Amino acid sequence: MLDDVDRRLLRLYQYDASLGPAELAERAGVTPATCARRLDRMAAAGIIRGNRAVIDWRKLGYAVEVSLRVTLDKAQPRAFEEFVEAARKVPEVLEIQSFLGRVDTRLSVIARDMAHYQQIYRESILSLPHIADIEALMHVARIKSDEGLPL
Amino acid sequence: MIELDTVDRQILRALSEDAAQSASALGRALGLSQPATWRRIKRLRETGVIAGQRLDLDRERLGFGVAVFLGVKLATKGRVSLEDFERAVTAIPEVQTVEHILGLYDYRLRVVARDISDFERVLRRRIMTLPGVGDVEANVLLSEERRPGPIG
Repeated sequence: MLDDVDRRLLRLYQYDASLGPAELAERAGVTPATCARRLDRMAAAGIIRGNRAVIDWRKLGYAVEVSLRVTLDKAQPRAFEEFVEAARKVPEVLEIQSFLGRVDTRLSVIARDMAHYQQIYRESILSLPHIADIEALMHVARIKSDEGLPL
Repeated sequence: MIELDTVDRQILRALSEDAAQSASALGRALGLSQPATWRRIKRLRETGVIAGQRLDLDRERLGFGVAVFLGVKLATKGRVSLEDFERAVTAIPEVQTVEHILGLYDYRLRVVARDISDFERVLRRRIMTLPGVGDVEANVLLSEERRPGPIG
């Protein structure tokens, strides 16, 4: 179980994941050794899965982001598995999610521009297996994206 | 637009897996000197290709068993400004992400909760009381995976 020190470390580290171990320890008011030991323990327990660089795809020329809500053909028993397996092979797919609700799956797709998006949509997305219906939502802006948990 | 060569792409891919690794460890893995690796990482950060770092936490192990995506349509566009809604929604601790979208809904929110009854509390007390909120569609997340993207 986590105690208050663990939670404080996670809160601070989640708020600024670029903090080095010494800075994190100082802000949390613990010794560097305690900080390292706690982080190691939480990583070993699978609570901390990693520290990832966040890529700004716009800077690499990907100006368009589209959310595709896909309804699958539920008469096919392996529809979801086969759909996901094929979607993983499309490099422009950044996220694959599945849902309980009106929407079955969602793909987050990036493209350089609308012409490139059309090409990806026609050549790579429409050929994915077991699609019954697709609905596209265009991203305008990210208002909040820190993904922090209310610890 | 920032042009990347093959080595930059390898570095970017490695850092999107583990951003806390040192330039010397990464350089060793790629057969580069520490200073050369450090210079390339610095450029990726300074040009904003690496926008930041994100701590990847297992929300379920931390007691947040439920994640729900909400599609929110504003009922009173114009009367209540988008800014009012955005300011109020980003202040809710359980709301992890807010995206402004075009299509069926105006906003897409990612909300975490301890369980379904906790989610119901967040929905009733925090989301439905937001200024200008209209139709809300909820989809409970069953699984998710992030892909590396077209790094090459």
